[in-house]
Amino acid sequence: MSTENPSQKTQKQPRNAAQAPRRGAVQHRIGLADRSRSWRRHHREVARQSFFRLWVTPLASLMTMAVLAIALALPGFLFTALKNLDQLTSGLDTDPHISLYLKVDLSDARIDSFSRELLLRQDLASVELISPDKGLEDFKQYTRFDDLLDFFDTNPLPAVITLIPMARDADALAQLRNELAQLPEVEEARLDLEWVRRLGAFMALAERSAWVLGGLLALTVLLVVGNTVRMTIESRRDEIQVSKLVGATDAWVRRPFLYSGLWFGLFGAVLAWLLAQLALALVAEPVQALAALYLNDYVVHGLGVRESLTLLLTGMILGLGGAWLAVGRHLKDIEPG
Amino acid sequence: MTAIRFSNVGKRYPNGHDALKGVNFDLHSGELAFLTGHSGAGKSTLLKLIMLMERPSRGEVWVGDQDLARLPRKQIPFHRRRIGVVFQNHQLLFDRSIFDNVALPLQLSGYDPVDAARRVRAALDKVGLLSREKLNPLTLSSGEQQRVGIARAIVHKPKLLLADEPTGNLDPALSEDIMHLFEQFNSIGTTVLIASHDLSLINRMRHRVLTLKDGRMVADVD
Repeated sequence: MSTENPSQKTQKQPRNAAQAPRRGAVQHRIGLADRSRSWRRHHREVARQSFFRLWVTPLASLMTMAVLAIALALPGFLFTALKNLDQLTSGLDTDPHISLYLKVDLSDARIDSFSRELLLRQDLASVELISPDKGLEDFKQYTRFDDLLDFFDTNPLPAVITLIPMARDADALAQLRNELAQLPEVEEARLDLEWVRRLGAFMALAERSAWVLGGLLALTVLLVVGNTVRMTIESRRDEIQVSKLVGATDAWVRRPFLYSGLWFGLFGAVLAWLLAQLALALVAEPVQALAALYLNDYVVHGLGVRESLTLLLTGMILGLGGAWLAVGRHLKDIEPG
Repeated sequence: MTAIRFSNVGKRYPNGHDALKGVNFDLHSGELAFLTGHSGAGKSTLLKLIMLMERPSRGEVWVGDQDLARLPRKQIPFHRRRIGVVFQNHQLLFDRSIFDNVALPLQLSGYDPVDAARRVRAALDKVGLLSREKLNPLTLSSGEQQRVGIARAIVHKPKLLLADEPTGNLDPALSEDIMHLFEQFNSIGTTVLIASHDLSLINRMRHRVLTLKDGRMVADVD
């Protein structure tokens, strides 16, 4: 059997070959599996050590984390607020509407035929008739002023026709509104467009501002972590030099500092999460009260699972990045000699 | 086989000072030699070239079968791991125990912790400090600190051992102890090169002596 297996034979050969001419002072050979095991062991060990090293100077570490937390919490809070606003406005129809308030003296039959005439027009995408009776019903349902109607003997509401025009640009819409206002059946024509547009523009501005602010604060996190790690490197100069003298690779020397950056980022993000949730909880009540004035059931959303994970991940990446910057900049300067 | 070969090596520092000028010598595997000369004669520079803490301005330095000029920067750590070095100022770390100081070269080479502990204790036993492994090196005398430095230099059983003024601050009796330690390592096959200006001690030891003067190799006496 064994003679039929050539791979077994060839596998043995290099081992014999390696034994013959010994290279230099190589004494202890470490296999690939051992090396990967020791690499993982070193990572675990370094992660643990740099974690505990944070608490050697608890006050300084907490101060750094607090700065990171504020820098991370602010964008976290802003984006959550934006998400809420977005949710609030996404229910809104952003198509421009034209509402035609018809003259009150029109007969039901005339109203009906007028709305059919409108249906035939090519420049309208949709036509919806709200009869005075329907309008009255809606009014009773959506407002608390239904007892106001008791003052009237007859229904005071006009028939309303809601149109969605095909046109989208402002000039064409205004022209259409004017044209419809001229019709004899129409008392008043109103274009409901501007506020939706303003809201859209406002949201876009708010979102852009949040990104700019977020970017600036991310830069703050990078610099704060970078500076903290730079000071750690400075305080461990001897250790770095001695390690390099006895054969530490750059990666080995770098590792503890990268881990401390990672820890700073993570703890900063955890604190930021708490801060953002606290801030949201504080504004939730007034927002709810305000929303209740316009919409019946609106619930303020906090940071969900996805947002929370994004915040933590962002913190860790920024922490690692800041440490990387400091390490790349300062570790090369520290050479034995 | 040659352990170290210097071939017409010169080293000029950026300030224009010539630390080494046209240095030639071979050190064979298993040899023990002293490198002597006044301070500033170039002893430390010569050792730094072997450790790749400095690069020569001229000439070639070989360690084993490796031309150091052809060794890329990334390989320097692995080159240093093949050499044990003892420093005059010990270069110990005072934020950790004696044990952890000696274990450092094994840790960064990725030894298994159990195996490493065994080797660290063997090295400490050899320098007579096994019972003190848990202490901080600050609690030791200068001679004892030097022995910790030696333990760290030999813990990974390097084929080549360098020492830069290892008895610099020690009294004569302690110095002789330390030198005998080096002789012991040499007797099991380690190549040893010791830079020292303690001429009386060197003369008593009866080994090869390389003498540097103003950066030149002026004597090579066996």
